[in-house]
Amino acid sequence: MTTTSSPAPTTTSTLDLAGVSRWYGNVVAVNDVSMSLGPGVTGLLGPNGAGKTTLLHMMAGFLAPSRGQVTLDGLPTWRNPEVYRRLGLVSEREAVHSFLTAHEFVLATAKLHKLPDPQAAARRAIAMVELEGAQDRRIGTYSKGMRQRARVAASLVHDPQVLLLDEPFNGMDPRQRLHMMELLHSLGDAGRTILFSSHILEEVEQVSGTVQVMVAGRLAASGDFRTIRRLMTNRPHVFAIRSTDDRALAVALMAEPSVTGVELGRDGLTVRAGDYGAFTRVLPKVALARGVRVRQLLPEDESLESVFSYLVEA
Amino acid sequence: MSTVSWITARGLFGRRRFLLLLPLPVLLVVLAVLSRGLGVAPSAWGPPVLVGLGLAVVLPVVALIVGTGVLGAEIDDGTVVHVLTTPLPRWQIVLPKLAVAVGATAVTVAVPLFAAGLLADSVRLGLALAVAASIGALAYSALFVAASLLTRRPVLLGLVYVLIWEGLLSNVVTGTRVLSIQHYVIALADRLAPTNLLDTTVSVPVAAVMTALVSVAFTLLAVNRLRSFSVAGETS
Repeated sequence: MTTTSSPAPTTTSTLDLAGVSRWYGNVVAVNDVSMSLGPGVTGLLGPNGAGKTTLLHMMAGFLAPSRGQVTLDGLPTWRNPEVYRRLGLVSEREAVHSFLTAHEFVLATAKLHKLPDPQAAARRAIAMVELEGAQDRRIGTYSKGMRQRARVAASLVHDPQVLLLDEPFNGMDPRQRLHMMELLHSLGDAGRTILFSSHILEEVEQVSGTVQVMVAGRLAASGDFRTIRRLMTNRPHVFAIRSTDDRALAVALMAEPSVTGVELGRDGLTVRAGDYGAFTRVLPKVALARGVRVRQLLPEDESLESVFSYLVEA
Repeated sequence: MSTVSWITARGLFGRRRFLLLLPLPVLLVVLAVLSRGLGVAPSAWGPPVLVGLGLAVVLPVVALIVGTGVLGAEIDDGTVVHVLTTPLPRWQIVLPKLAVAVGATAVTVAVPLFAAGLLADSVRLGLALAVAASIGALAYSALFVAASLLTRRPVLLGLVYVLIWEGLLSNVVTGTRVLSIQHYVIALADRLAPTNLLDTTVSVPVAAVMTALVSVAFTLLAVNRLRSFSVAGETS
């Protein structure tokens, strides 16, 4: 499978949120969120009801913040249609003009953007999502995943520097999902600012190392999820270790202050360490001193799932 | 035709609700033909058919279906977001949609009204009704397009205006006719082809000024509301 990459943007864009809150009556949907999104792919992660969609709508200029400001390259996104020259949105709602073909739909979008060559732009965008074969069929006849791709093509037709996607993998089959992931990667690598929301950890883990984690309307964590995990010093880090002498290594490790627990099993050791850095520095020294060869060292809870569950439980 | 007009027209005529436009104009023509064919005096069937059905029901109801269809239906199903995520100034979205609504309403209503006016009196009355109804289509469409942006239930709001305000109150409390598009249309038609079949208490200058005012004010309101368009509060 190939991914048709788009040309790299001549400039990059930054989306900034400064103290953004949004409430509906007494319900606070988004609470004092500040972040700055630059080039690359960022995952907006959170359980249902965390405020992801509300946040995306404010970023896209479809909702006024109750407090704070959302700006794209210094310009407010609210009540400012000019930002759509640089910004594309794929909303969660599956609304598409079902009476149009994908080609008509994407071409109409190109014309609405007043692009100099709308036909060429439409062709390029449709090729990016691999929808050429079905582009002359009415969108109403499409599967959920194909409709989603048509919407992505329309949002990419003006080659935006910033692309916001709300649950973009919904309804896609594994092949389409993989293709979409490749597309987002290539867009991010080309210097575009890509933010996609998801409540499915695997999706975020596969597409992006950088996450913004929303929990109950607040930004619970921000950055590379592996780094976030290492900063959670109150949670022991779990490592799976295999060595030439697991029992001897277990005894030696128990004497180390950075180790809080050791479990000896058939398949090796499970070590809990309070301090990630200290443990990874001390392990080779201990093994060397005892003449034990470490065959395998795997951090067991550095997955996004672990980080996420810790944050949600906190 | 602009891209917005093209999408709007495709959406309007591609939806089943467009079929709702047909029965009322057909009924208007059928009643006029029957009345004429059965030899009923125009003074007896003219006012109830031309005004009671044509201007008081067919025109506002068709305008309501079309006016709320060009924007309200897109807001309902979320497709409006595709048009709004473009750098088009919002007036360039509202005006083409309004033009499609006015055109569709005018054609749907003016043709049967012309036929009914012709059968009731003369070509002049038919033309007067067609022209006045087209002007009324502008005012009604501006009102109903704006209503699509003011409430999530524009059809209900429109029905309250047409049935309660125009249908009930303006017949009981004559002062309310100054705020009734139906009476502007009657006054303008009567000015273009004076007959004893049309009767209103609104003067022509008031009708002309108020029609212009309603059309401009609600169009500006729609543009302003679209600038601040918010997606419904989903908090997932």
